[in-house]
Amino acid sequence: MQRTMSDRVDIVLIPIISLFLAFSISALIIAGIGEDPFEAAALMVSGALGSAYGWGYTLYYATNFIFVGLAFAVAFHARLFNIGGEGQAMLGALGTALVALHIPWPHWSLALLGCGIGAALFGAFWALIPAWMQARRGSHIVITTIMFNFIAAALLNYLLVNHLRPEGSVAPGSALFPDAVHLPTLHDILSPLGFAFSKSTPANITAFLSVAAAILLWFFLWRTRTGYEIRTFGHSENAARYAGIDPFRITLIAMGLSGALAGLMALNATMGESERLILNPTEGAGFIGIAVALMGRCHPLGIVLASILFGFLYQGGAELALWTSIPRELIVVIQALVILFTGALDNMVRMPIERLLARSKRARSKA
Amino acid sequence: MSELAADLIPVLDSTLRLSTPLLLACLAGLFSERAGVFDLGLEGKMLAAAFFSAAVAFLTDSVWTGLAAGVLASVVLALLHGLASISFRGNQLISGIAINFLAVGMTAMIARSWFGLGGHTPALEGGSRFDALHLPFEGIVAQVPLVGPLYAELISGHTILVYLSLALVPMTWWIFYRTRLGLRLRAAGEAPDAVETAGISVVGLRYIAVILCGVLCGLAGAYMATGLHAGFVNEMTAGRGFIALAALIFAKWRPWAALWSCLLFGFLQALSLRPDLFERHFSIHLQLQLLDALPYILTVVILAGFVGKAIPPKACGVPYVKGGAG
Repeated sequence: MQRTMSDRVDIVLIPIISLFLAFSISALIIAGIGEDPFEAAALMVSGALGSAYGWGYTLYYATNFIFVGLAFAVAFHARLFNIGGEGQAMLGALGTALVALHIPWPHWSLALLGCGIGAALFGAFWALIPAWMQARRGSHIVITTIMFNFIAAALLNYLLVNHLRPEGSVAPGSALFPDAVHLPTLHDILSPLGFAFSKSTPANITAFLSVAAAILLWFFLWRTRTGYEIRTFGHSENAARYAGIDPFRITLIAMGLSGALAGLMALNATMGESERLILNPTEGAGFIGIAVALMGRCHPLGIVLASILFGFLYQGGAELALWTSIPRELIVVIQALVILFTGALDNMVRMPIERLLARSKRARSKA
Repeated sequence: MSELAADLIPVLDSTLRLSTPLLLACLAGLFSERAGVFDLGLEGKMLAAAFFSAAVAFLTDSVWTGLAAGVLASVVLALLHGLASISFRGNQLISGIAINFLAVGMTAMIARSWFGLGGHTPALEGGSRFDALHLPFEGIVAQVPLVGPLYAELISGHTILVYLSLALVPMTWWIFYRTRLGLRLRAAGEAPDAVETAGISVVGLRYIAVILCGVLCGLAGAYMATGLHAGFVNEMTAGRGFIALAALIFAKWRPWAALWSCLLFGFLQALSLRPDLFERHFSIHLQLQLLDALPYILTVVILAGFVGKAIPPKACGVPYVKGGAG
């Protein structure tokens, strides 16, 4: 397919300009609370990318965001707005924990497979109920997935307080997973190869899994029949119906896959990092998936790049909060601005650019 | 029986208090969505209003200045939503989500920067909070059995915003079903082309709706920080904007039904504060997490169409392009 100028603007220019706008406003806010924005930026870069420790956390966060970003994107390609990534990832964490705690795994690799199946099934299940309701009962999927986020949080809270809490423990949280389930960290993987990676960071083998998931999703969406059907359904439901594509099937496949990918985030966060089920296993990552997917234009490569950027922002933001008076919530503001500019105000960014391009084209054809 | 009544009145009393922010936010959503603008940002607008009302009330020692500041903050966010979803015809859902995050981040940052208390305002007292209003003859009527305590403890003794929110229900109904503006607002949400054909601006109507939505969310947030509680705490709205959204669907976008569903969801919140009362009288063990999830579960059931069908305004969520397909 020939890419037009407008496509290129959409894929490259708009995310970059939106990011620039978001950063500029954030810089003004930092200046507004009496700190130097340039110093803050330098501190974020050195804190997140200047050491193996910083990279370890940046990659850990990025891995979470890749999974939930891909989850949002696959549903979005079918024009299904899945805001339920947060709840689906929570259910994924529950699935991971149940599998890790109740089966005596001999080796981490088998456990990873088992927990992965558990996480994906639980996440998919939580997405399939709203999907079924949308396809069969016409219930708005945005509303139902929001409701399911809250129901998931209440369910997890109930299970942790009443059933999964080990005896004698006061804090709501499950027992620690057994040692055999412990995943190799990037330190364990890289040190035999001669790289000295930081020991004390949670980045682990699932970082590679997330990239593999991105590649597989790309193949699925652009190189298989079902992927094509999903994208067709997203572009025009009427055209898809006319071409004999079953809306019910596509809605369930796209949402099931979306929920499964969101659930898989638990392999990194629950199995790789906390190594037990905690009350808030997602820490809001499900919503960052929306920002990451919008910024990455719902393309797997874009999502991986945007996830690394957000991983950098998260780790850099934590360093900022540690060393300056700039609070961690700055990242939430940046995240909000990125969502606003890339998702809701993209016409505001696009219209002037397209006008400018059209003018330069006219000038060239005249000359 | 009288013991039950004595226990029930405080629960109903807190039901009324807890329903108030839900009702104000629910009516806010009603204005916006009946005119065709979907609003996921009720929560964010409430939070911004809660912070600015508490902060300004503390700094000026006047709850009314605080209320004005809270409403203003909420209206600013509402206008941002209008800019994105009406003027630039962007995705209304995404805009709402962005506004929620913007409010969470900005309020926490400004709160830390202004007060340095780890993200909350100092406790409000005296003139920087809304006082309870005592209705006339409270002391005398209280002597009357059954009716007396109801009047003195349940109906009397709330802040002015509680009574205002209740009065807003018939007012909203009247505006929507008995005035020209209401008819036009409903038409903008159902058949915007017809409105434009009649020579009335859909864009203008939708901006009016979005601003009214901002004002009502502002009242809801200000009530939380200066009426229900004494100050702002990080993320203090705690999902109430979404419960209000659920109530709006539960009420099928109608004002009176909005009152009943907000009272129901407020009652569930009041119960989860005092589960012991319920257990004592009915010997039923209440699962707190189930109470928390019940508004959402009920809304999902309604959405599934098993108990009546909730159909949103027809053009809700669709940006209006003048002259049809744009």
